[in-house]
Amino acid sequence: MSDRHQTTSHDIERYAGLFAKRTHQMRSSAMRDLMAITARPDVISLAGGLPDTSTFPPETFAALMGAIARDSCASALQYGPTEGFHSTKEQICGVMLEEGMQVDADDVIVTTGGQQVIDLVTKTLVDPGDVVICEAPTYPGAVPVFSSYEADVVQIEMDTDGMRIDLLEETLDRLDREGRRPKFVYTVPTFQNPAGVTLSLPRRTRLVEIARERELLVLEDNPYGMLRYEGEPLPPLFALDGGVYVLYLGTFSKIFSPGIRLGWLVAPRPVLAKIELGKQAADLCTSSLTQQLVDAYLSEGRWQQYVAELCSLYRERRDAMLDALAEFFPPEAEWTRPAGGLFIWATLPEFIDTHDLLAKALREEQVAFVPGAAAYVDSRGGSSMRLNFSNASADDIREGIRRIGKVVREQIALYGTFVGRAAANPAPAREDSEGDSGRRAERAEKLAEVVQLPPRKPQKKRQSEG
Amino acid sequence: MSGRRVAVLKGGSSLERLVSLRSAARVEDALETLGYEPLAIDVGPDLVDRLRESAADVAFIALHGRGGEDGTVQEILEIVGMPYTGSGVLACIRTMDKVLTKHLLVQNGLPTPDFFAFNETAFREFGAAETLPAIERQLEFPLVVKPAAQGSALGIKFARSPADMPEALVSAFSYDEKVLLERYVEGRELAVGLLEGEDGVEALPIVEALPKEEYFFDFEARYEIGKTDYVCPAELPEETSQRIRELAVAVYRLLGCYGFARIDMILARDDEPQVLEAQAIPGLTETSLLPQAAEAAGLSFEQLVERLVELALARPAATLSI
Repeated sequence: MSDRHQTTSHDIERYAGLFAKRTHQMRSSAMRDLMAITARPDVISLAGGLPDTSTFPPETFAALMGAIARDSCASALQYGPTEGFHSTKEQICGVMLEEGMQVDADDVIVTTGGQQVIDLVTKTLVDPGDVVICEAPTYPGAVPVFSSYEADVVQIEMDTDGMRIDLLEETLDRLDREGRRPKFVYTVPTFQNPAGVTLSLPRRTRLVEIARERELLVLEDNPYGMLRYEGEPLPPLFALDGGVYVLYLGTFSKIFSPGIRLGWLVAPRPVLAKIELGKQAADLCTSSLTQQLVDAYLSEGRWQQYVAELCSLYRERRDAMLDALAEFFPPEAEWTRPAGGLFIWATLPEFIDTHDLLAKALREEQVAFVPGAAAYVDSRGGSSMRLNFSNASADDIREGIRRIGKVVREQIALYGTFVGRAAANPAPAREDSEGDSGRRAERAEKLAEVVQLPPRKPQKKRQSEG
Repeated sequence: MSGRRVAVLKGGSSLERLVSLRSAARVEDALETLGYEPLAIDVGPDLVDRLRESAADVAFIALHGRGGEDGTVQEILEIVGMPYTGSGVLACIRTMDKVLTKHLLVQNGLPTPDFFAFNETAFREFGAAETLPAIERQLEFPLVVKPAAQGSALGIKFARSPADMPEALVSAFSYDEKVLLERYVEGRELAVGLLEGEDGVEALPIVEALPKEEYFFDFEARYEIGKTDYVCPAELPEETSQRIRELAVAVYRLLGCYGFARIDMILARDDEPQVLEAQAIPGLTETSLLPQAAEAAGLSFEQLVERLVELALARPAATLSI
């Protein structure tokens, strides 16, 4: 009989007393529980950040795995070097060259997904209470990493040109006055998760200058750089800096497969050496099997073609989502128009809490998105949502946005009745309404205001009156 | 009893799906340990077929919230003719709707905080917003805004001033078509588990929730380990404890519950308990309150599960659909 049959609440208490202090930051929440429903097949989920792996040809996968079984079975099943196979690192250099970065394979460490890079960098650089700077909103998956190392996370607002570097400088000055030096800046400069915006070239240049002037490390997370659907690519921060202050996080998750859990870090050698020790402690080495799979796949030389196919598919889906947003979301809503990546960030009137909206959307319309608060460490983002367009068909995206638009309009109309205003029309906009699309086009001009995130709210929920 | 097949109903599309899955996993383990043959059913459109195919002797309802706790699944089981754990259809309807519960309490002279309730139609079509100032004067701030039918803490908000009301109402209406505006009663937060035994229903030791100060107005924190401490048995004078447990039994009987239930109360500053709501299917996870209370009474989780199954099989026919 297994021990779990015997679990009692006293046992829970006993274990709870053994948990480290840092685990106090790690807890499940009612909202995370709610997300369990989004996995149901009858729910249209625009919540995940998943690439569409159904586009990868199964016969290619079978051939690659067959070749590994035939040619290198024993080593594929064996441990590998902590830093990764040299051949895999060579392939990674080739991928980075596609985006204009020249690196030496010895400066690369292969990791178990890009997520491990965030973990290892934080583990290596951050003592409890140290400051980590990131965007507002930031990648929701980075927040639990920073909290688990008890970092003090400071978020810098963005607009359509990405992180506000002027605000970054103000923040750095303030921290300097307080005698605190941030350990690193974490940024997703290109097609940011969750906001979908891209850091402009002047801001990239300035960020790299600041890093140099202040001897500040920057962790550039670039999962989506190659998923560009329009416009010309911008140089990664790493290319502008030459790898002195910028650490580069890459991943195969969005250009090949997240299931293989393969990412990498390029960093100055002294940093890399410590990271390597951290990785040894964490998992000894990255999967030998999937490194060999990547070797085999990339050396075939057809991966760029696959990425191009993904781009044309995701472009179509992004356009379907943008069209649906214009058609079904009420005029009070605003959203970003990403030139690449996987996400659109939509912001609703301040009185709508997207946690509650998600409950209504799941309950009444079987549709899901990520509530914006997950991308903040404070109480901001409550009226925003992240919408993913890579992992649903164009038809499902259109239907999903129609359903979300419906619940949003209902909430706005209801709110209107409480504040005594004329109720907004809760019905979705007509498909052929030209006036409406004209107004949309006009609003597109105001894009600069779109990501302008709501001001920090007072933490009213957390205050006690004693 | 052992050897019997028990259909464990779990999951579903309620907002409390995950809690249900956790409760059910624990129930399944306990049933196996007890020698029953558990058969898990994630409830969905094929529920009736799966119940019939299961040829189970009894259904253990480990569902929470809409569909599972509101009489829906109970009605289906009545029609299929399969005995099930916990309360019957009518008691489920009475407990799931906090407004109905409170009306029954008032009608029968049992204490509950003053309240008003509205559905969306009242606001959309009958201009009920005009009555808010009068309600606010009568209930006074801060007041509590709750969805009528949500079992967990989701959507419950404090409003401290008229300016908080529209947002709080929109939140609550996200979870149900009907909301409850309730006077906020300051006091100790208590939960009383009830379980039927050979001598009828009995109140288990009282659990007290002690939310950490910074989470005092964050109802969801009541459900997160580390944000709220629970004490069982609650430290109360014997006379008070007795009074509270008697009140809980009275509420249980008034609502017509069967098997088990949990009654949540506030022990107000004047030492008088006020009933907030009743749960027809209390959580059965490792951190849930009713199993903790049962444990404090010397009843293991397995014994609790066995009791509920036996009660389901022994349910007098008359109570099935009252």
